[in-house]
Amino acid sequence: MKEQLKVDPIKNGTVIDHITAGKALTVIDIINLNKSNSEVMIGMYLNSHKMGKKDIIKIEDRELSQDEVNKIALISPTATTIIINDYKVVRKVPVEIPDRIEGMIICPNPKCVTTTEKIKTKFEVAQRSPLQVRCEYCEKKYGIDEIKFSV
Amino acid sequence: MKNLISMRDVSKNDIHRFLDVAEKIENGVIKPDLWGKLAALMFFEPSTRTHFSFDTAMKRMGGQTMSMSGTSSTSVQKGETLHDTLMTISQYADIIIMRHVVEGAARYASEVVTIPVVNAGDGANQHPTQALLDLYSIVKTQGTLENLTLGLVGDLRLGRTVHSLVQAMADFNPKFYFASPSHLRMPGYIKDDLLAKGVRFEEVKEIDEIMPNLDIMYVTRIQKERFAVPEDYEKVKDSYIITSEFLKNVKPTFKVLHPLPRVNEITMDVDKTQYAYYFQQAKNGVFMRQAIISLLLGAV
Repeated sequence: MKEQLKVDPIKNGTVIDHITAGKALTVIDIINLNKSNSEVMIGMYLNSHKMGKKDIIKIEDRELSQDEVNKIALISPTATTIIINDYKVVRKVPVEIPDRIEGMIICPNPKCVTTTEKIKTKFEVAQRSPLQVRCEYCEKKYGIDEIKFSV
Repeated sequence: MKNLISMRDVSKNDIHRFLDVAEKIENGVIKPDLWGKLAALMFFEPSTRTHFSFDTAMKRMGGQTMSMSGTSSTSVQKGETLHDTLMTISQYADIIIMRHVVEGAARYASEVVTIPVVNAGDGANQHPTQALLDLYSIVKTQGTLENLTLGLVGDLRLGRTVHSLVQAMADFNPKFYFASPSHLRMPGYIKDDLLAKGVRFEEVKEIDEIMPNLDIMYVTRIQKERFAVPEDYEKVKDSYIITSEFLKNVKPTFKVLHPLPRVNEITMDVDKTQYAYYFQQAKNGVFMRQAIISLLLGAV
């Protein structure tokens, strides 16, 4: 049986694979791909041996920075980032969940000063797997499903 | 230490330092001189004890204070941001002592201004000066902070005093009993911190059976002002009422602490027993707050 790729290969750029199904659009927003000039291809809810369902993003002619890769890891810890050159995998970019996250996450606590005074949030990563973060202001802890990303 | 914001920032060594200075101030061994220094008491939320005890503490050391109580007579009514209010006040004062309804407000204040900031209570989050005076009270009555058994009763979810107290005691090998209405239990993130440190705790419904084990019972008010829905408060307000009947089988050194104000959770007959310590606890607040102010201003 002839296999067919649902998302075309790219010549040069970045592939973000094994994104948690349904999270691709959040990834796009977090790393501002919607504001870039690069060609972006998105596959969502694709079948995956490893995950059941997954999303995938392919970005032509752009290599993501370590900071951007680390942001993706917060949204989807399973994601893998691969750099492509001339249709070949050149390297995998390792993921490093940072010790602190500034500005990316909205504190869910309506009584937190970051909500009432509209200031930049600061979170420490209290636990990496499963991800839990603590707001440095109101000191409450949240799991990945409780937090929203500011875009 | 430049600011006092949260007990999470305070080490065991810091605690010993605060206790040592408070004791020396109480006994007259040291007399910090704060002549010429001004404390801004910024109380966005009501207070009796904390406000007055900080005022007293500063003045007893020769310093002066300026106070706000609520926002009705300030430019906050004109829409001034917390940032601008803090920046302005910090031009006039040497130290800011702040109580605010919003959680994290004191931490934010410490980032905005260059003078020391003391958190006098931020929403349902922390009340570190209360925790330190509670520790002072505990060590004065028990002779130590180590290896004690404490029962915390009442509103453990929204009570910032108990949050700060358990974090303050965590490094001293305590055993905690938590007794509260079911939806006012100690928050998960506090219990996680205790588990991570290997601190023993047990959640109980009835307190009769634990009384003989306790060195300290820390009673808190079910806080009406923290309930968004008044009917929810009415359901739980009388959940735990401590009477002298509960004290029949306690240890001779057992003490009842309460951050006050009390409503009905400790009956007046307890006041006459040897176990009631809450008014002396309030007095200890002056010495501890003198210690905190003088340490942060570098006067000791």
